[in-house]
Amino acid sequence: MIPHKKVYMYGGYNTISMGTGRKEFNPKKERPGLEHYIKEAGQGVLKQIGGAGNVDEGVIGNFMAARFNNQANLPGFLPMIDEGLSMKYGTSVEGACGSGGLSLQTGIRNVLAGTSEITLSLGVEVQNTMKAIYGADVLAGAGWFKKRKEGHAYFFPGQFSDRAGAYFEKYGKEYARKGMSRWYANAIENARLDPTAQEYHNTNPNPYETCLKMEPNGKFFVDNLNVLDCSKVSDGASGIAICSEEGLKRIGVDKSEAVEVVSFVHSVRDITKDPTDLTELEAIKYASRKALKEAGIKAQDLGTIEVHDCFSIAGILVMEALGLVEKGKGAQFVSDGNTARDGKYPTNTTGGLIGWGHPTGGTGVHQAVTIWQQLTNRAGDAQIKMVDDRPYGMTINMGGDDVTISAIIYKRGE
Amino acid sequence: MKYEERLQNVTVLGAAGKMGSGILLLTAVEMADLSLMPENKGKIFVLNAVDVSDEALHGLMGYLRTQVRKIAEKKTVLLRKLYADRADLIENFDVIDEYIFDVMNIVRPVNALEVAYNSNIIFEAIKEDPALKVKIFSQIKENSNVNPWFFTNTSSIPIHEIDEKANLDGQVIGFHFYNPPAVQKLVELIRAENTLDEVYDFALTYAKRLRKVVVSSNDFAGFIGNGHFMRDALYGIQQAVKMADNFGGFVQGVYAFNKISQDYLIRPMGIFQLIDYVGVEVCSYIMSVMNPYLENEDLHSDILDTMVEQGVMGGQYSSGAQKDGFLKYEKGRPVAIWDVENKKYVNITDIAAQVDAKLGEMPTSIKPWKAVNFSKKKAAILETIFTEMSQMDTLGAQLAKAYNQRSNDIGNLLVDSHVANSTEDVNTVMLTGFFHAYGPINDYLK
Repeated sequence: MIPHKKVYMYGGYNTISMGTGRKEFNPKKERPGLEHYIKEAGQGVLKQIGGAGNVDEGVIGNFMAARFNNQANLPGFLPMIDEGLSMKYGTSVEGACGSGGLSLQTGIRNVLAGTSEITLSLGVEVQNTMKAIYGADVLAGAGWFKKRKEGHAYFFPGQFSDRAGAYFEKYGKEYARKGMSRWYANAIENARLDPTAQEYHNTNPNPYETCLKMEPNGKFFVDNLNVLDCSKVSDGASGIAICSEEGLKRIGVDKSEAVEVVSFVHSVRDITKDPTDLTELEAIKYASRKALKEAGIKAQDLGTIEVHDCFSIAGILVMEALGLVEKGKGAQFVSDGNTARDGKYPTNTTGGLIGWGHPTGGTGVHQAVTIWQQLTNRAGDAQIKMVDDRPYGMTINMGGDDVTISAIIYKRGE
Repeated sequence: MKYEERLQNVTVLGAAGKMGSGILLLTAVEMADLSLMPENKGKIFVLNAVDVSDEALHGLMGYLRTQVRKIAEKKTVLLRKLYADRADLIENFDVIDEYIFDVMNIVRPVNALEVAYNSNIIFEAIKEDPALKVKIFSQIKENSNVNPWFFTNTSSIPIHEIDEKANLDGQVIGFHFYNPPAVQKLVELIRAENTLDEVYDFALTYAKRLRKVVVSSNDFAGFIGNGHFMRDALYGIQQAVKMADNFGGFVQGVYAFNKISQDYLIRPMGIFQLIDYVGVEVCSYIMSVMNPYLENEDLHSDILDTMVEQGVMGGQYSSGAQKDGFLKYEKGRPVAIWDVENKKYVNITDIAAQVDAKLGEMPTSIKPWKAVNFSKKKAAILETIFTEMSQMDTLGAQLAKAYNQRSNDIGNLLVDSHVANSTEDVNTVMLTGFFHAYGPINDYLK
């Protein structure tokens, strides 16, 4: 949709994405919980927008706190962030790993509906509460439960391993794995530039070779992906304020310090149906192309993109779905460096899900924060140079196996 | 009788002990895995966990549950396939919980020996006491309804002697796990002259299914593992006594040779810490079991006996933490050394500098065991360190050379006296069972 009035995002904040890879992570020691992350991300935004008094509504995107943390009723945590949110409207939204995207979409819609001038949009997940083998059960909730029995022990890696396998068969395994390994290497190189990234401390001198040499082994994991092809288990939260023009005035922020939402699409594919073509992300294709069309631009007009690379193969498939490259050529496109930070389309510039981390319910919001940082020159060491004739940023957030899709196009406020 | 039939009824004796609990765990998992094979559906598998202590059996079941969960978590991919026909087991949670139940459901903790009378396999992991082992084996043999095979975990008693004294008709084999059995990859199989082929074949299959590294030792007291370790330990003790005057006392000698054996020879722990790890009393006892069988050797230490009398026993707590013995430990690190004469611990910080000065400079290339053993460049690193050390003239380097020479001699003795079939077997046992970075039969420090 094209907003019928101006909608902006400002004041983004990310906690650290905590989990294996971070020096301070110790699985044997007690760690901060859900409350900590919600509070840190929420207060991180409030500080930039003049406090909770300026906020009309709050929305929390979260996938599975009910199982990871035995916690439901998440709106109740909004007033915990700041007393100023007490007794105000609050809601939580869930669309698996697309929950963060839903949090943004909800915020945008409420601002457009006129029920709010400033919505605090958060996304959070704390998943290191259980071992990966049990976490896999919880995450499998993003698929249709009736398919769980026939699925892999690591359900989602299994789903995307099947997609990778189909891609291998169609276009060649070696060719595909080169692209996937380049995807991994880009993720690590970008993450090293963002102190909040889970792979910030990664010192591997040659991540590309490491990934390429690590042959997938179905006996211990899945047939067509190695562990580096997968995003890690993460604890983290992100937040951003979604504002109307009136809202920006209220907090005294110039439009040029914010990003403007150019178009926004949310599309849902039937969870009970298998994908028709494993080598295509049908719903992402639909949502992202619709968003581009409504914005009146082509994929080639994008300056930077944040895509949902829960697995390296997903990153490649998104490039194809988006229309940046034709079907089957995505791996080459990535291998050629087009998505690297110095490439034509710098993608996932703070590491994406594989490099920055994937606190599932928080990811969609993190993507928006990264775009806001890049478009307003706030990305620190990770800052890329935007080109004048391609001022657009885009986020594509996915829940489940191409099921709940959020696609948003941004430009710097004018 | 086929492999899985024989494993349908097994007894572990001493099941709640350190070795027994590990053997029980591995066997229970192997039996459960067999029971889950489609061709074995409906067959009942029974594993009797026999121990004299009800308290220990109580703890055993907790240990089992924790360990089986860890094992199940590592093989969930396989378990989902094994339970594919169980519509009620959907999530990994379900599958893992069911597997834990299936393993535990095989195990019968009990303190009555009579349950063993129906078992095809008797795994024995009781005290290292020849008379006790013979008595129990005889009793089972006489009363058994099924003519069982006996697998003894002895680390020192000749198998033929157990065979003859308990009238086992060759249905016995030495099946020597290393501590802890669930983790340690090495198994020493000891076949007596009379051991039946089918017993050996079964034992080999079983060990391989447990993914163990199998070394066949010949039937001489102590076999390869203790054959080397006990002599090595005795040498360390004797050197500490011999050099006591040079270093300023026995305590200083212990410090020096613990350091020589660990830091200079790049072993995971010094010889005195290893004695403590195994247990001062256990070492003394194993030596006394082995000694009568040895010719031209006296494998005995008065100091070990004295320490046992003084109640300084070493060994481990159930957590795996070391108990005080030759050395006193704080957070796993040696902090003091037992003064046998004055019956008190002397702080290492009070003596270290003086002994270190006498030993002289360490080689500049020296690295700790951990950095060497797990390095891909292990061979090159060892070569560098030992080449430098062999050119050094310090007291420390000289003692290290002599120590390594003695270790070589012990290794060669085991081959020459046909305890081991090859130098490779000796080295495999020390590399795998004792985590040495290199085998005792080596060309270093010549």
